Amino acid sequence: MRAEHAGTKRDGRWLGLYVLAYLVFLYLPVLLIPLFSFNDSIQAAFPLQGFTLQWYATLYGNPALSGALANSLAIGVVAASGATLCGITVSYMDLYGRSPLAVTISAIARLPILIPGVIVGISLLILVNLIGLGPSRIAIVLGHILVALPTTVVIMRSRFAAIPRTVREAALDLGASDWTTFRRVMLPLSLPAVLSAFMLAFLISFDEFIVVFFLAGTEPTLPLYIWSQLRFPRSLPTVMALGTVILAVSFIIAGTAEILRHRGLGAARRNPA
Amino acid sequence: MSTLVATEVPESRSLSGFRLAMLLPGAMVTFLLILFALGLVLFLAFRGNDGSLLGVGLTVENFTTVATDPLYWTVTLRSLVIAGLVTLATVVTAYPVAYYLAFHAGRRRGLLLFLVTLPFWTSYLLRVFAWKIVLAYNGVLNSALIESGIWSEPTLAFLNTPAAVVVTLAHAYAPFAILPIYVALDTIPKSLLEAASDLGARPFTAFRRVVLPNSMPGVLAAALVVFVPTVGDYVTPAMVGGPASTMIGTLIQSQFGKANDWPFGAALSVCVMLVILLVVLVARGADRRFGSRT
Repeated sequence: MRAEHAGTKRDGRWLGLYVLAYLVFLYLPVLLIPLFSFNDSIQAAFPLQGFTLQWYATLYGNPALSGALANSLAIGVVAASGATLCGITVSYMDLYGRSPLAVTISAIARLPILIPGVIVGISLLILVNLIGLGPSRIAIVLGHILVALPTTVVIMRSRFAAIPRTVREAALDLGASDWTTFRRVMLPLSLPAVLSAFMLAFLISFDEFIVVFFLAGTEPTLPLYIWSQLRFPRSLPTVMALGTVILAVSFIIAGTAEILRHRGLGAARRNPA
Repeated sequence: MSTLVATEVPESRSLSGFRLAMLLPGAMVTFLLILFALGLVLFLAFRGNDGSLLGVGLTVENFTTVATDPLYWTVTLRSLVIAGLVTLATVVTAYPVAYYLAFHAGRRRGLLLFLVTLPFWTSYLLRVFAWKIVLAYNGVLNSALIESGIWSEPTLAFLNTPAAVVVTLAHAYAPFAILPIYVALDTIPKSLLEAASDLGARPFTAFRRVVLPNSMPGVLAAALVVFVPTVGDYVTPAMVGGPASTMIGTLIQSQFGKANDWPFGAALSVCVMLVILLVVLVARGADRRFGSRT
């Protein structure tokens, strides 16, 4: 592997300890949630009381919770599809459209990263009220497309840029139309990026709270449901049980994505330069 | 939208249909959702509040209120200080991690990168909630201190303080800071470091004169990515900050809720965007000074 030019081995050891401490700082608060979700007490405090699964039992058959979950899943899929579609087309036209309009669109599409969530939320709230839609699931989908857009554009843009330009030129020279070139050549070549853009956009939508707070009508998403429960001390253990499930599922999805990514890189890794 | 597309010179007959289809989704989202929605906020900021959706008249009264009422100065200043402290704390604590990843991690690099980014995949709301559990009066920190005999009484000093907001936000945004700095450090050619050591530079001198300046684009990117969402945040101040750490995001949110003064909330938002614009311009200038990309 890489020689340690930047510092001595001793520096590396101290830094290693620091990184370890940093990881403890990152994970310790988060891991308290599963810990207390099995604790037989309303209070999240030491010493731990008995082991219990009752908080998990309260999750089951809770119509408000399952409604919020279904809402989050549906909104996540639609918003991620929209954001991915925009990410694909915007970055493709940015790179190959040869028009100032396409470049401008691409620049504006990456803008929401420089707008705090609260402002994205209120500007869309004004907009959906103006067009008569009002707070609704469609409004949330629009909001989540905006929030996820910079991510999908950046992912798709770097993937399209990594495909040699000659591939596209060869297809066009061989008589393929723009449509065929895009659909049969460029899109299949960037499929892993499409999938990862979709997954990221879905997770962003699934977790998003600050924007959705303004745009939700009568049907809350999962983060809104959690937020509403946080006000009641009695429901905190249930929130922790729910949080544990969410953490576990997120960790499994992220871990699976990481393993798949490594498999893809496996061949290159086995023959390091 | 079609008029915009029609100005493009089509290369062939099939191209215009393709172009239209490919430009349409992005154009709709960017022009309608982003530019039009932001334009509405700007418009509303200059309107008077009469309870209607788009307000009434044309006035700068909202802005004079923001400028003259000390409450808004206090809250704006506090937001900037808290967001600044969060950014500083996050970037300073993240830098050594990114440095280790770039120069010392060796074969563990992939695993470590995964571990530091994993919290990003979990719920932001839950991470803030976790800190509330830690800092509360009858929470983990207090009960642990009492159990271990270090403390005899639980203290109120942890929760509902600006410090709690800084720690919580620094924790929530840590993965955002590590990645850009790591990417910047990783692109520094190792030959530069060899050259520095061949020319007699001690490790610290090499770090200060070679590594740090070359990683500044990453540091600035990290600072922006942390600063922008934190300056408008209202979740963390509400959950762990208490009344003494009300931030500008909370004020904006309450104008659109309880206070029901949308034009004034819009004016506050415009002020926040101006501050962010200023910060972006300063960061751009600093970026240019370090001689990186244009």
